[in-house]
Amino acid sequence: MDKDRQKKISEQEIRPEHVKKGLSRRGFLRGAGLTTVGTVALQTGVFGKSLPEETLDAQSIGPDAALIKLRINGKTRSLAVEPRTTLASALRDHLQLTGTKIVCDRGACSACTVWVEGKPVNSCLTLAVEVVGQEITTIEGLGSEDKLHPVQEAFIEHDASQCGFCTPGMVMTATHFLQNHPKPNLEEVKVALRGNLCRCGTHPNVFKATLAAAKKM
Amino acid sequence: MDTKKIKLPLGIPGYNLGEVEREVPVTEPSAWPVNDKLKHVGKPVHRYDAIAKVTGKAKFTADIQLPGMLYAKFFRSNTPHATIRSMNINKAENLPGVYAVHIMKTDDGGYPEVKYAGQPLAGVAASSLANAEEAIKLIEVDYEYLDFVIDVEEAQKPEAPIVHKAAIESQTDGGDVGVVHEGTNAQGNVVGPSTSSFYGGPRGDLNTGFKEADVVVERVYRTQVHTHVPLETHGVVVDWKPGNMTVYASSQNTAAMRDEMAEYFGISKSEVRVISEYTGGGFGAKHSVGVYGPMAATLSKKAGRPVWLMLDRKEEHISEGNRPNSIHYLKIGAKKDGKLTAIQQRSHGTAGVALGAGVGRIAQALYECPNFATEQYDVYTNGGPGAAWRAPGNVQGAYGVEQAIDELAEKLGMDPLAYRDIIDKSEVRKIERQRGAEKFGWSKRKAPGSDSGPIKKGMGMAQSTWPRFVTLDSTAEVRIMRGGAVEIRSSVQDIGTGTKTILGQVVAEEFGIPVKDVTVLIGDTYFPTGPGSGGSVATGSITPAARNAAYKVKMELLEQVATKLKSETADLVMEDGNIYDKTDNTKKVSFKEALKGMRTSQIIATASRSDDYGGFKQPWGLAYGDLGSVQFAEVSVDTETGFVKVDRIVAAHSCGRPLNTAHVASQINGGVIQGMAYALYEYRVMDKQTGFMMNANVDQYKLPYAMEIPEIESLIIEDYSGTSSTDAYGIGEPANIATAVAIANAVYNAIGVRIYEIPMTPDKILKALKKI
Repeated sequence: MDKDRQKKISEQEIRPEHVKKGLSRRGFLRGAGLTTVGTVALQTGVFGKSLPEETLDAQSIGPDAALIKLRINGKTRSLAVEPRTTLASALRDHLQLTGTKIVCDRGACSACTVWVEGKPVNSCLTLAVEVVGQEITTIEGLGSEDKLHPVQEAFIEHDASQCGFCTPGMVMTATHFLQNHPKPNLEEVKVALRGNLCRCGTHPNVFKATLAAAKKM
Repeated sequence: MDTKKIKLPLGIPGYNLGEVEREVPVTEPSAWPVNDKLKHVGKPVHRYDAIAKVTGKAKFTADIQLPGMLYAKFFRSNTPHATIRSMNINKAENLPGVYAVHIMKTDDGGYPEVKYAGQPLAGVAASSLANAEEAIKLIEVDYEYLDFVIDVEEAQKPEAPIVHKAAIESQTDGGDVGVVHEGTNAQGNVVGPSTSSFYGGPRGDLNTGFKEADVVVERVYRTQVHTHVPLETHGVVVDWKPGNMTVYASSQNTAAMRDEMAEYFGISKSEVRVISEYTGGGFGAKHSVGVYGPMAATLSKKAGRPVWLMLDRKEEHISEGNRPNSIHYLKIGAKKDGKLTAIQQRSHGTAGVALGAGVGRIAQALYECPNFATEQYDVYTNGGPGAAWRAPGNVQGAYGVEQAIDELAEKLGMDPLAYRDIIDKSEVRKIERQRGAEKFGWSKRKAPGSDSGPIKKGMGMAQSTWPRFVTLDSTAEVRIMRGGAVEIRSSVQDIGTGTKTILGQVVAEEFGIPVKDVTVLIGDTYFPTGPGSGGSVATGSITPAARNAAYKVKMELLEQVATKLKSETADLVMEDGNIYDKTDNTKKVSFKEALKGMRTSQIIATASRSDDYGGFKQPWGLAYGDLGSVQFAEVSVDTETGFVKVDRIVAAHSCGRPLNTAHVASQINGGVIQGMAYALYEYRVMDKQTGFMMNANVDQYKLPYAMEIPEIESLIIEDYSGTSSTDAYGIGEPANIATAVAIANAVYNAIGVRIYEIPMTPDKILKALKKI
């Protein structure tokens, strides 16, 4: 994890309403379930550094729903989620952003790909409480009917969706890849998209669309 | 009925294109010329729903959220075979957030017998999915465990545990062997044999045929159980209000689902509305509401709220269909000149607790042979039910037949491609072989196993046939509105095949207006009944109906315009957004102006699929000729690791008049990639000790991802038959049949040893090479 993100977690993720006295780190983990937040805390010591561990209050973030704010597609959204609520579920079930799809629900298909701080993540393996304060981009934030992103335009041009269920994840992965690899070849495109499952067999057109979009970005 | 004579294109452009005169009802429009001369039809028009799909705005069933909606979850058996003494749902019912619990019962009020691990037994509806999941953990069952059988060969033994003690109802789909199994002649777990299909029963005499043969190939081929894995799982959202049940469904067949729900609950079809705006893949398995539809509806009724019931990935693998496995015995004889003398086929396969494990009619229909007999058996096992999977039965069947034909060619000292020129009477496959071989570079094919070095390249090919199936119960409505709207409506759905777009193209072509000016409203049973998206029937069934409905509307509009222009209706032409008199082009009005001047606010017409022109008809439907295909594969086999990589596929296909070449090519890509994964990777692993599927996910069940995708070139051959007003047919099934066996033939060409079982995983390659 990079330093900037550590800083963000320490500064923003743990807000004052979470801070109460009298709870050990172990209590936090027990209360919240062994969440990724907890794992991060153990790995980096970030909580220990920025906050005395005894000040964390398990009750404030679980097991019942707690109010959090998420930055999504440039807007701040408030929602009440349980600690176990995944980012995918928060987006879909709480915020009606259903462009993000759940297919395998275990990080094996990339259909649920969104960007957190500009980087693709599996939103089915990310907890909503984990990304408080971070900039989240979903397929709905990439482009709209009136103003399509060049990757979306290329997907239309090259018939790169059949049933369309994998398409949002494909577009999010391909766009992030092109932002960092402006002049890819076919093999690099395949490597970039190797985690995105498609069952209709649209891959050849996804490759073509991605290569074509590179020329327009 | 009054008739007229029209001339239609017949044959293959660049080969034998001609014309045929047919007598058709006067209500039919005049014939379209070949695609070259049309504006919208046959062109790679962008998908109607492409923008919705790339922006995430497309609302699939899984995305539906209604006010007050509850989330449902199935409680499933954790044992493959048992009777149930009792079930206790008290704790689940009392969990906060739970609104309804329903236990499935048989007609006589008892608990159903458990016949496979993961069989649904009860359902819970709760305020959130997490709550529903918690509730099902609180359901208690007292099982009386029974012996079970998973393996298709063990299940055939006399001492094997019996899966079904009584006959089961009937085969719903699957094996495509023509005879509907009643389940009544089951001997133990073995049902059958099925000996005939719509092509008839046995022909000639096998003994005579084999006596005449100079060469004989006799083999047993094995294929695995393969699951569909549509990205969107099976599921529905049901909102059952008094007198009105709305079912949002991930569906290949909205009309069939409406009928099933109405029948199940004993209510009028008018009370059920099935809506499927987007379906995230189906591949054959989404024609029925199964158990999940009635369960969601029952929970909705009990709770008085809408209920969302989408299966999870594991449930999808276990209980929502699979392509049955096969043990396929084939014996084929031929004379020295190559002529086939006899084909004997016998197969056993398991669709788990269901039927439909036949191996199709490839052996019966692909090549002429005077002596033929087949015996196809279904074997019950304690596994999840099979379901139709693109070209049911035919993919398994072709895997054997097309390898055997290759072996015969080798015994006869002939090139496999040239050998098919001798035994195959199909004109379209002849052209596909010629053009495909040229594109592929077949002439560079070397002798089997002759590549030096550890990585050996190989080339192979295979063929297939699929009938031009049509559903006559296919109706479309076209309406134009004063002021300018043009609409087409039908319950037919678009599961990613492009049905929505081709309907827009057909109507736009008939009216001579831009495709974007046609609104396509489909996937809703409030519209006229359309066909299911299965058996490659949708295109051939609904597009003639669509064109004919548009033609009726057009004729009514032209009559009104003729009065105004003082022209004869027959002299008016609709073209490029205008209506003009071909005898006097000063008499002209734009299409839009004509719509402003309509006498009524709407002109509406419906039309159904008419009988095929030329009187082609079979008792079970319509089928003139076939949808032939030929696929070529090039592979690299690493003889040290046993790993097979498919480098390239050339797929030559016909689907009558192709309506949208981009969509046809996309579906060919899909058929090829699914066929490749079937040949090399995918395999349902069942634990014989526990009866559980061990890889019910998308990582251990190895699916094709980007790195495995070969280069795919498709050749779409226009093949006009003059049978309907669009002369168009589907491509879903044909695209998937030949790939696996073309790869098998290429692997043989690479390593010089034949593999008789798929998937051709590295262990099988290394065993064949005697390295392990």
